[in-house]
Amino acid sequence: MTVSPTLDRRFREAAAAAGLLDVAYDLTDSPIGTLLVATTDRGLCRISFDPQPDREAEWLAEAFGVKVLRAAKPVDAARRQLEEYFAGKRTRFELPVDLRRSAPFSREILKRLARVPHGETTTYGALARAAGRPQAARAVGTVMNRNPIPIVLPCHRVVGTNGSLVGYAGGLDRKELLLKLEGALDNTLL
Amino acid sequence: MALVVPPFESFYEEHRDAVLAELRRVLGRDRAEDAYQETFLRALRGYAKLRHTENLRAWVLTIARRVAVDQLRRREASPPDPQPATDARPAYAELGELADDLPRKERTAVVLRYGYDLSYAAIGAALGSSEDAARQAASSGIRRLRHRLGGAATKVGAALPPQPMTKRRMQ
Repeated sequence: MTVSPTLDRRFREAAAAAGLLDVAYDLTDSPIGTLLVATTDRGLCRISFDPQPDREAEWLAEAFGVKVLRAAKPVDAARRQLEEYFAGKRTRFELPVDLRRSAPFSREILKRLARVPHGETTTYGALARAAGRPQAARAVGTVMNRNPIPIVLPCHRVVGTNGSLVGYAGGLDRKELLLKLEGALDNTLL
Repeated sequence: MALVVPPFESFYEEHRDAVLAELRRVLGRDRAEDAYQETFLRALRGYAKLRHTENLRAWVLTIARRVAVDQLRRREASPPDPQPATDARPAYAELGELADDLPRKERTAVVLRYGYDLSYAAIGAALGSSEDAARQAASSGIRRLRHRLGGAATKVGAALPPQPMTKRRMQ
């Protein structure tokens, strides 16, 4: 006896509509592969590349609470804005984010990162200086590497002082693709 | 040691088929669907407060049975069928009324058996007890009803087991 897709979807939507979830997530397609997108009642809390939903659900449960459920609707706004972004029709995301599980330093850096405009790049050192921690370029690198909400918090726009791409948690190919999409790759050396 | 329940998603994926099967057994295919949603919404409400992580299957099936019994009671309480001519069991509403004073378990067993024609296995499931216990509850409920009704002629007589009914008709 298996549960029909309709019945399954009805429960998931009802659970989300009743406000019973700590985290709702869904998978969505994009030009850089399937993305897992997760949100709490405070805002977007996770985007992951090449997602393994079971492991992600474990992580989300530990970070935000055990009532984690896949549900389409809570993620709709983020999905729509991502689609517009990848279609070249959106240069700014208008989505609240939930960074409550990030340490204060990370949160500070990620907030500054969010202000780096579409089509531009910055460097690890510049972000560190902006945060009043000029010696912390390496720590900024770590924050970028652990960015829970890539794309929307644009860590792909952070490059080395010499313009090299340096690294990307989702793989350098994706970083390159995102920067090309934004028309920002001309300024960087490859 | 911290007790960590799995993410609700894993719990739900693991047990949803069993919950639906149980609800269909007790309520039938159509009514099982509403009960399915209600069961998992209740589970979700209690989930973060769980103090054990063992036998989550038994936990959620208990919720399912409670939801099923609640649904059956609601159906009893709902107004009579507007087209009684097509009602295959016209005596059932009256049976529910008559059985009102029975101890709760007996009442549920009697109503489910003689009002809804459910199997003892399904009634046991709804009551959270065994098939035998359900059979016993129904039969002692019926004994109590007979005793109370005495020889009074009633439509419910038609729903009661045949043997004493014959006796009553002959009176």
